[in-house]
Amino acid sequence: MSQTLSASTLLAVPLAPLAGALFAGVLGTRFGGNWIGRRLSHSLTILGVLVAFVLSAMTLKSVAMDGAHFNETLYTWMVVGSLKMEIGFLVDGLSAMMMCVVTFVSLMVHIYTIGYMEEDEGYNRFFAYISLFTFSMLMLVMSNNLLQLFFGWEAVGLVSYLLIGFWFNKPTAIFANMKAFLVNRVGDFGFILGIGLIVAYAGTLNYSEAFAKAGDLSALTLPGTDWMLVTVICICLFIGAMGKSAQFPLHVWLPDSMEGPTPISALIHAATMVTAGIFMVARMSPLFELSDTALNFILIIGAITALFMGFLGIIQNDIKRVVAYSTLSQLGYMTVALGASAYSVAVFHLMTHAFFKALLFLAAGSVIMGVHHNQDIRWMGGLRKYMPITWITSLLGSLALIGTPLFAGFYSKDSIIEAVMESHLPAAGFASFAVLAGVFVTAFYSFRLYFLVFHGKERFDQNPDAHHDHHDDHGHHGEHHKPAEPHKPHESPWVVTVPLVLLAIPSVVIGFLTIQPMLFGEFFKGAIFVNAEKHPAMEELARIFHGPAQMALHGLTTMPFWLALAGVAVAYYMYMVNPALPAAIKRNAMPIFNLLENKYYLDWINENILARGARALGTGLWKVGDQTLIDGVLVNGSWKVVGAIAGFARRLQTGYLYHYALVMILGIFVLMTYFVWLK
Amino acid sequence: MGLLSLAIWTPIAFGVILLALGRDDQPAMVRWVALIGAVISFLVTLPLYGQFDNASAAMQFVEKASWIERFNVNYHLGVDGISFWFVLLTAFINVIVVIAGWEVITRRVNQYMGAFLILSGLMIGVFCALDGLLFYVFFEATLIPMYLIIGIWGGPNKIYAAFKFFLYTLMGSLLMLVALIYLYTKSGGSFDITAWHALPLGSTAQTFLFFAFFAAFAVKVPMWPVHTWLPDVHVEAPTGGSAVLAAIMLKLGAYGFLRFSMPIAPDAAHEWAWLMIALSLIAVVYVGLVAMVQQDMKKLVAYSSVAHMGFVTLGFFIFNDLGIAGGVVQMIAHGFVSAAMFLSIGVLYDRVHSREIASYGGVVNTMPKFAAFALLFAMANCGLPGTAGFVGEWMVILGAVKFNFWIGFASASALIFGAAYTLWMYKRVYLGPVTNDDVKALKDINAREFTMLALLAAAILYMGIYPKPFTDVMDASVAQLLKHVAISKLN
Repeated sequence: MSQTLSASTLLAVPLAPLAGALFAGVLGTRFGGNWIGRRLSHSLTILGVLVAFVLSAMTLKSVAMDGAHFNETLYTWMVVGSLKMEIGFLVDGLSAMMMCVVTFVSLMVHIYTIGYMEEDEGYNRFFAYISLFTFSMLMLVMSNNLLQLFFGWEAVGLVSYLLIGFWFNKPTAIFANMKAFLVNRVGDFGFILGIGLIVAYAGTLNYSEAFAKAGDLSALTLPGTDWMLVTVICICLFIGAMGKSAQFPLHVWLPDSMEGPTPISALIHAATMVTAGIFMVARMSPLFELSDTALNFILIIGAITALFMGFLGIIQNDIKRVVAYSTLSQLGYMTVALGASAYSVAVFHLMTHAFFKALLFLAAGSVIMGVHHNQDIRWMGGLRKYMPITWITSLLGSLALIGTPLFAGFYSKDSIIEAVMESHLPAAGFASFAVLAGVFVTAFYSFRLYFLVFHGKERFDQNPDAHHDHHDDHGHHGEHHKPAEPHKPHESPWVVTVPLVLLAIPSVVIGFLTIQPMLFGEFFKGAIFVNAEKHPAMEELARIFHGPAQMALHGLTTMPFWLALAGVAVAYYMYMVNPALPAAIKRNAMPIFNLLENKYYLDWINENILARGARALGTGLWKVGDQTLIDGVLVNGSWKVVGAIAGFARRLQTGYLYHYALVMILGIFVLMTYFVWLK
Repeated sequence: MGLLSLAIWTPIAFGVILLALGRDDQPAMVRWVALIGAVISFLVTLPLYGQFDNASAAMQFVEKASWIERFNVNYHLGVDGISFWFVLLTAFINVIVVIAGWEVITRRVNQYMGAFLILSGLMIGVFCALDGLLFYVFFEATLIPMYLIIGIWGGPNKIYAAFKFFLYTLMGSLLMLVALIYLYTKSGGSFDITAWHALPLGSTAQTFLFFAFFAAFAVKVPMWPVHTWLPDVHVEAPTGGSAVLAAIMLKLGAYGFLRFSMPIAPDAAHEWAWLMIALSLIAVVYVGLVAMVQQDMKKLVAYSSVAHMGFVTLGFFIFNDLGIAGGVVQMIAHGFVSAAMFLSIGVLYDRVHSREIASYGGVVNTMPKFAAFALLFAMANCGLPGTAGFVGEWMVILGAVKFNFWIGFASASALIFGAAYTLWMYKRVYLGPVTNDDVKALKDINAREFTMLALLAAAILYMGIYPKPFTDVMDASVAQLLKHVAISKLN
């Protein structure tokens, strides 16, 4: 193990963006009195992220080429008895890859933001937030222990909260950010219990120390039950992942998070933060491998998310929401891969998805700018003439997403499907159906979007509620809008298109280049653990793998390819050839449409049963418990009793001398009677 | 004069000077005297940190002098790792409340400031007292300045609140006095608290003592169901009063459990731990739900205090190091966070004269600096890592899971409730478009308010990022306490 990584270099990776965030956030905003301007703010934050990216790339190189490895404590956060809580880094293949993905996408988003947020008053604040996010996410992925993981976990949640509610005057945005935080807290509730169990039974927060004790844990049951302890731990941890990675039924916050500005949808809600759950499970693979029950649970949850969230993508008309549901569905794919013990495949898909989904989101943002802040795809069409770079890059991203052979998404998605098919777990049957059906659905909604936006008739001047529509991203900026006049769409400036191009390149080639080392090579050795005897999927995959070119060729003959092709063809027919068809189908399948339109009524249940129920319970406990019973009966009741006794006692003390004299004489009489005659 | 005596009597001396000073015609001078007094009182506590020996679990800085010879009552002071931080915390919060009352209090400024300085000294006395009667005197004496603060500078319903506060807490402490006298006779005429720790006691005696102390301390914490005085009192108290009440006074009760109930009656403490845990969990869950539906900001934060203090008592009675250290850490953290929450409400109240959530909306538009601080405090209140609020909750939840998974499960629900009531309030008060002319006319915080909030923000962040100095001090004493309560006093 060559020790080429130094703590100070690694420390610079997260600290550089943090420094940028502090500069822009304190000096560049109204908080610190607007000391530095826009140019300095974005230069400093971009510089910070650039430094982080370069150092991450160097780290990745030494990990991949020289087999470098780093696992050290930086400082001790606190010590309680024998339990040490520390902040430290673990750098291996898994974290080095995540560092590069995070910093690269972040860098692209930073540059893109210069163009996208140009008109916004909160320009510097936005840069501060996204740099702060980069710092938090890096701390999360570089951690060598559960404490720091939880720190990063909550910190990215905080920044997500800040960014979804970036336009704090927009009621939908400030509802969405609170919802996101609370739903994530439900996940964290499980997560912290899982961590608590690890601390209780393994006595450590450090990954490698905990994994070393994994064998002992597998023999235990949760006291008072006959549940395997490891199963409970893994399910608790996975509940955390369900919140962060938006798995059914904790996915409800992600579509609403689209209320935030588009660059953060790309960075946080597609490429990086939402994959933290996937990353965490992969990191914890030595524990998850011990519990088939937990893996089955993961397979089912992932499969539901992959398929049913895809369905919702079909009926959305908001360009960002289509991409958001697509993200949910793809996160479901990654989760399914985790359940099939193909952790490296999940992480591989995480990486390819980060590139092409960030690309699709940023392209969607470019479209939104091009059509003057309209987000409704029904009022777009024919944009390829006006926005050629956005058009081509979107096409490449969509092709990668649907798994076209040779594109990045093909390698990762096909591997997931293969792995699920090879899995021996009982839930794998359902999961393989879901991921196969999902291929068709993905292709259909992706190309529905693509055709509606870039091809067909130009409809952008027909929007009935253009310019006074509150769905748009910049709704609060009414004053910046020009009066309603039909504008031709226009291509975005270079700061926007360059990131698109730079993201399009890996979206095409990264799968071809990296599948060999990542899935079948030594890259994740030591980072990801698979019990090959019980879960042979990866071994099978390795057996049938004969190089990326061969795999692409073979891909042409397999079912996923034909399903994807069918999806594209159906989308082409419905939206290009026969545009009246979708409306007809909608009329004939109203119940299904309503179910999808209402997102399976989950939001309704959350708002009307859970949230309202909690408030009703709170009011009941307050009015009845606190005010009536405790204060009314106990507290005020007791002073009333005291008052009543005092009132009686007061009557004895009339203040009239002759009353007292009478009582005295009576008393003497009684006592004398007793002593003289009765004793 | 020992360092602890200095810490106790410096603020009291300044308080007396202020009372003697009068000068209603020169409030500015009075304020400066108060501030200088508070700062000096805080500075004299700092050498304690330098000289404290972390490795020792024994009482340190001990001072002992005979007070009432006839009854063997001593002026006996000392701190260990458990009480240590509260001396500094009290002195620190005292500086903050003097700044907070600066231009807000215009009536009887010298009496207001004097009351707070004296109160601060008395509370430090409670944490330092090692003599049972001395403890009792300090413990009860704190009621007087607080009673006056609420009754004179409070809101419209201040008299009711002052009485409720006084009577509620006095009722509890009378039973404690009985317990102290019992222990005095039982120990052959000694009020030495550390001697009481070693005193063998039968099972019945322990149970009676435990509940006598419980009556005093549970009311003070406050634990469910004797918590209903707190929201009423907070609503009427002036901002500074609320801050001190939440930050320090509630801790007197929690501290009592560690200093009296558990070490003096360890068997009873074990026997009744289930009850304490149950009441603590009710505080976390029930009160968490109640907090969510409050319309008055101060009531909401008051209920949230009860829920947070539930973590403290939960941590104590699960009898492991994470729990007890976590409970103490939570006490310190809650000192910073609750003070910050109440002072933030005060900042708004001073401008709009309303505590109703519905009177606000969109404050961030007119007070961006303040909203940034308020966000930090809100996040600390819902236990976000990196803030002080996280540390204690995290330790207690981990300790509770270790003790029993299901108790951990119930306590972790605070993650959801805490976020729900805090963020919902934040959303309705700070976010959104400006809702009315009052909000539109708001001026952002001035330098004085900025200083006050920044000091608290720095403390909250420091403790969240590097809590080790805090836990290092208490480690030996917590271990010692655990060892002590593990040994039965029966036979």
